[in-house]
Amino acid sequence: MTVSLRELADQPETLAPGHGLCAGCSESIVVRQVLYALGKPAVVSLATGCLEVSTTKFPETAWLSPMIHSAFENAATTISGVEAAYKALVRKGRLEARDIAFVVFAGDGATYDIGLQWLSGALERGHRFLYICINNEGYMNTGIQRSGATISGTWTTTTPVGPALQGKAEWRKDMTAIVAAHRIPYVAQSAVHAWKDLMTKVQRGAAVDGPAFINVLAPCNRGWRHDPKDTIRISKLATDTCLWPLYEVDHGVWRLSHRPRQREPITGWFQSQGRFSHLLKDENKGLVDGIQRRIDEEWKELLERCKGSAN
Amino acid sequence: MARQVRAGSVRIQARGNAVALSGGEAVAYAMRQIDPDVVAVYPITPQTVIVEAFSESVAEGKVGTEMIHVESEHAALSACIGAAAAGARAHTATSGPGLALMWEVLGVASGMRLPIVMHLCTRALSAPINIMCDHSDAMAMRDLGWVMLFGENPQEAYDQALIVQRVAEHRDVLLPSVNVIDGFTVTHSVEGVEVLPDEVVASFVGTYSPLYSLLDPQRRVTFGALDPNEYYYEHKRQQIEAMKNALPVVAATLQEFGELTGRHYNLVEEYRTEDAEVVLVVMGSTAGTVRIAVDNLREDGVRAGVVRVRCFRPFPAEEVAQALRRAKLVGVLDRSLSLGAPGSSLYLEVMAALSQRMLSPYLVNVVHGLGGRNTPVRIIKEAFSQLRLMGLEEQRREPILYLGVRE
Repeated sequence: MTVSLRELADQPETLAPGHGLCAGCSESIVVRQVLYALGKPAVVSLATGCLEVSTTKFPETAWLSPMIHSAFENAATTISGVEAAYKALVRKGRLEARDIAFVVFAGDGATYDIGLQWLSGALERGHRFLYICINNEGYMNTGIQRSGATISGTWTTTTPVGPALQGKAEWRKDMTAIVAAHRIPYVAQSAVHAWKDLMTKVQRGAAVDGPAFINVLAPCNRGWRHDPKDTIRISKLATDTCLWPLYEVDHGVWRLSHRPRQREPITGWFQSQGRFSHLLKDENKGLVDGIQRRIDEEWKELLERCKGSAN
Repeated sequence: MARQVRAGSVRIQARGNAVALSGGEAVAYAMRQIDPDVVAVYPITPQTVIVEAFSESVAEGKVGTEMIHVESEHAALSACIGAAAAGARAHTATSGPGLALMWEVLGVASGMRLPIVMHLCTRALSAPINIMCDHSDAMAMRDLGWVMLFGENPQEAYDQALIVQRVAEHRDVLLPSVNVIDGFTVTHSVEGVEVLPDEVVASFVGTYSPLYSLLDPQRRVTFGALDPNEYYYEHKRQQIEAMKNALPVVAATLQEFGELTGRHYNLVEEYRTEDAEVVLVVMGSTAGTVRIAVDNLREDGVRAGVVRVRCFRPFPAEEVAQALRRAKLVGVLDRSLSLGAPGSSLYLEVMAALSQRMLSPYLVNVVHGLGGRNTPVRIIKEAFSQLRLMGLEEQRREPILYLGVRE
């Protein structure tokens, strides 16, 4: 399974232009990469979020695939119902069997927080679906609030900076590992800049007979406070600092997908976005050092897990 | 001729087509015959009897259903929404707190015009936690766009399961529909239930052909779009129309079912009302008790009657008013509270139906049976006598009567 730019250029469009996503937004890039990579028709389930409200404003829709949005937390369960319907209708001879992908796009709020139970249930039941978490580290659709994916020290509208608090106090949860603990066939982390990595992982995830989950880092220039033109550069910085390593857990085997040639210190990440401007002050050096240590520990732990597998 | 029929975990004797079934088993029997494409259920008392009995049909390979054992009731209805949007016939079942957890997606199901069928085994809402019957759960879904039929006994639990399937999928309706049966009183009471042969049920419910499906490769459709303020109201207007259409569709389906089975049901059913001065309006399993009380009172010369409301959504205002047009004293039995309101749900709707038609009998709300509190004939007779006293003496009048409560 390889993906070439030449083949990509020949693919028909998967998400119609004219939608309302911001200039420089990662989400449409992720969606198009995922749907291109599938190479087969998809039925899509969306969680409530920027992607859904920006692509479906009645009477228009940007969706060229059949798509359903039900609520914020239940996108994984909605696709469970679609997949179950497909199985039942084919079994009863009312629908012709064909190769379709069942795909969910949901943000980090819908995945890490409000929809965790619904996702966990769908994973445990083993439906055949590919779940793409488009992770922009916060509730951006409702106006940049902290989520379970936001790291400590981050400014958001619910973790503002003041004399008593320097942004979010808590660390993020390790959602990818939580999903991997469900022992589903395929789990991965990717990022919007790593198109080849993401598309290869989508193909692996779509090929398994069961659930697959890919957690994709997706910078939000409005929430992260950076220039729209820097989306891809900033996404790359997340992997170069090892804040967001690229790896996969393929049938239980942990494999590193990318090892940065030279690890960048986390300060470069903080300098690249306005949401971290307070961390550049001298009095917050202790906080920054603490975050660097945390990233170092997690990186070391990941390397340990990936030991023995080729990368 | 007697034969063995297996329903749920109980081995029972059947004579002809009369089978001893509890209300829950009767629903599961109907579900086995309907053979829904997808069933998504989460266990909760007293509904569990349905999910257990239907799971046996799945295990025995008697249905082609894809059963989804979800992790919550919210997920149960969410899965039904996905399945129905994919063109499948979908069923769920729940009770009390489970219905409360579904609340958000109840409106999603009706707003998307998905003809999902639910079997609601009524149960009181917490707190205090209570697993027994009242209608506080059902009344909490009354404004969310579901067609609601209230059954009285296991036979009706079975019959209505078939009837709501037809109503929900009618092209003029396309609304989710709920077969409401009283928890324990109906779900766990075993009675002789006349079941239809499988092929008769198959032909009565027909096959579902959806207008739109996520699995239709020819028509790529978007479900659940963002509706700006320029459109939301008009889409709700279409739901109003669908609900209006549902009333004649329910009536016609009940009539067709009556012709098929000899079991004749109506939107509103009257008992000894022709010359009745004092009438109780009732829904659900209490109706039988009220009829017995009326028979007793009639022997004593009291002109008492019953108006039983089967179809609560859409509310048959004209039929209710017609049934009450001659009554001087009317008590409306509610099995739920609307705390802080001038009365509970059924009472207020009956009052509106009468007042819109300039009818003004003396009208009292009679609250009873909360949290499974038993309502014997004696208590219903007491309600009738209090109503009559209020009719005689104005100073005794109270807007709400709380039956059978210790003060």
